[in-house]
Amino acid sequence: MSHEVVEKNIGLWAIMVLVIMSTAGLGEIIPLFFLTAPKGVGSTVEPVRGLQPYDALRLEGRDIYIREGCAHCHTQMVRPFQPETQRYGPFSVAGESVYDHPALWGIKRTGPDLARVGSGYSDFWHREHLRDPASVVPGSIMPAYPWLAETVMDGTLTTTKMRTMNTLLRLTCRTCAVYAEKDIEAGPAKVRGSTEEEALIAYLNGDSDQPGGLGHPAP
Amino acid sequence: MNTHNTYNYTVVRQFARMTLVWGIVGMGIGVWAAAELAFPSLNLGIPWLSFGRLSPVHSSLLLFAFGGNALFATSYYVVQRTCHTRLFNDGLAAFTFWGWQCVIVLALCTLPYGMTSGKAFAELEWPIDILITIVWIAYAVVFFGTIVQRNTSYVYVANWFFGAYILAVAALHILNSAALPVGLWPMKSYSLYPGTVDAMVSAWYSQGLVDAFMPGAFFGVLYYFLPRQLGHPVYSYRLIVVQFWTFVSLALWAASQHLLYTALPDWTQSLGMVCAVFLIAPFLAGVINGFMTVSADWHRLHSDIILRFLVLALFFYGVEGLEGVVTSIRSVNAFTQYTDWTVSHVHAAGLGWIGFLAFGAFYAMLPRLFNIEQMYSIPLILLHFWFATVGTMLYLLALGGAGMVQSLMWYAQNDDGTLAYRFVESLQVSHPLYVVRLLGGMLYLAGMCLMTYNAWKTVASTLPKARKNEDSVSEVDSVIDHHPAEVHHDSHPPLDPRHGPHRPVDPRHSANPHTGSQHSSESPAHHADH
Ligand code: HEC
Repeated sequence: MSHEVVEKNIGLWAIMVLVIMSTAGLGEIIPLFFLTAPKGVGSTVEPVRGLQPYDALRLEGRDIYIREGCAHCHTQMVRPFQPETQRYGPFSVAGESVYDHPALWGIKRTGPDLARVGSGYSDFWHREHLRDPASVVPGSIMPAYPWLAETVMDGTLTTTKMRTMNTLLRLTCRTCAVYAEKDIEAGPAKVRGSTEEEALIAYLNGDSDQPGGLGHPAP
Repeated sequence: MNTHNTYNYTVVRQFARMTLVWGIVGMGIGVWAAAELAFPSLNLGIPWLSFGRLSPVHSSLLLFAFGGNALFATSYYVVQRTCHTRLFNDGLAAFTFWGWQCVIVLALCTLPYGMTSGKAFAELEWPIDILITIVWIAYAVVFFGTIVQRNTSYVYVANWFFGAYILAVAALHILNSAALPVGLWPMKSYSLYPGTVDAMVSAWYSQGLVDAFMPGAFFGVLYYFLPRQLGHPVYSYRLIVVQFWTFVSLALWAASQHLLYTALPDWTQSLGMVCAVFLIAPFLAGVINGFMTVSADWHRLHSDIILRFLVLALFFYGVEGLEGVVTSIRSVNAFTQYTDWTVSHVHAAGLGWIGFLAFGAFYAMLPRLFNIEQMYSIPLILLHFWFATVGTMLYLLALGGAGMVQSLMWYAQNDDGTLAYRFVESLQVSHPLYVVRLLGGMLYLAGMCLMTYNAWKTVASTLPKARKNEDSVSEVDSVIDHHPAEVHHDSHPPLDPRHGPHRPVDPRHSANPHTGSQHSSESPAHHADH
């Protein structure tokens, strides 16, 4: 076919462009929905062993992380290089992110990686650091977040958020755990009365005996 | 067919005006954010001024409001001129203008308050995403509708690049923004895709919009305004054909190069890397074609300030493209990823390629839109040129350097295998470079202000006249417009006058009353030879 035909027929042109462009999505994205791995290892759509959805407070904390745009300065993706694992901890694997809608891998490290920050600092340290980073780490250029400590949450959206997460998990991740109905009903009460700062720190500092926060130990 | 005597310049003027306004706002916010990285106390303790909230406002404004509006303006201008027909449906065109400004205002009302989807370069929340989709479909209808009712037999190449951008952004936007709503106010939603898949979809979108199709659409601008400015066609038509199709085939496949060494499966990463390296083909085709087009006219850079903007844009595209190819190689990427190098790279495309082309095109287009001979002040354009050039160079070098230093420090180990530096130490070394970057940004912004002032004076000086002539403007314009941006096959030396008037005339042209056969050079009439 002479190229002239395409130059004269905008409909044909558009179809060609669309078909050619969509190959990339078909080739690189669609397969990710169907990858499986031996049990417990985790994959793009399977959790690593023992990983649970964020509990109500951490889910809210994660949304504060999103709201404040922490991801514009922090990554949550430890790459498999020796100096990097030495600095941040074991490298990240796909199965750790299955409960993340959206992913918060980040694209720029103005500050350090936070994927495993939870294993390093106490709640107290985080509180001081969030209120005035430079007083804890001289030379820090991280903004201070004093208003988080002043805002008390009411948990009005918590139930909707947990139910939406359940829908998403059922849609995209067959082996994922979902929230039990009683956890959803108890959700708002867990959140109500906490400050945004507490929620954010709960997210950052997920207890290591209860996987799901940032700090859960690597598989 | 009584409307084809006049092009719809009203909507082009509107988009052009708002490009300037949003450009200043977006760059101003960018400068402020850059200042916060050098002097953190500048966020004044105000939540919506803190870096994490400001950053998406800056990138959204420059992508959607500056880049987006500039492409609306230039694509509407170019598609009319190269198709010899008025825009399809004035009402719908006006809707795209008001709808798009509405999107931008809504962005300004939500992002600073932390209503964000958290997805890079697609931070706007779901109700705004829906509005974007509607406006974008209207845009596609207006643009392709205009092409369908064209009075030329061929679709001029500039329109391919605009068209591909419109189609690509529609697909990228709709699929990347897929989410389940959680609340309407505050707007909140959760992405449809689970972690790793979401990261990949997001990379696919960023690659498609920020790295590929928006910069690519500016080739539409280049392939119209460069030949127009030089008075002769682009060097090689075949190279454009090669460039376009290799670009469309590879650009999105290269998406996973943004996730090298992450938790994305290895095969996906490698595929992306290979395709990103192959992107050197369209990249070289475009750069070579651009420079070869100018090659006979280097001396004109002394006298033609608009040409200077276009040529320098091409230079920055060359820098950006080469960087892109080299850093998509895994081992190099390990070194540049997550550092300020990435920021420098994005700004080579933003400040250098997109900015310079938009400036050049606007300086060429504005006087025609308002039916006057030239811009209010040529010295101001010259000043703008130098502000923008020095500003961009400072910016790119400072952040490129900062990126390298950061990487070296993050990886440095002592002899006993312990890490040589704490993280904050890399910040302290970056500080002076952040100050230089800030200076660069301020210069660039100052240039943008000069341009806006110049444009404002240009328009103000002709307001009464322009109003009087509003309807006849385009007619006059189309008559003096003998040098459309048109490409010819390499075998036809386009400047040879014999190839002009004596070419066989496409019958559809003589049917067009206002172009007439003497304008047949506006279409690849040489095709009739085959
Ligand atoms: C302007 C960019 C910026 C933003 C926005 C930002 N940070 Fe930081 N962050 C930094 C820098 C720089 C450091 C390193 C210096 C320090 O420890 O304060 C850091 C350090 C940290 C640390 C300590 C990490 C470690 O391993 O020592 C934590 C935790 C943290 N940030 C959390 C957050 C959270 C939560 C947010 C959002 C509310 C946030 N940051 C927003 C720049 C930023």
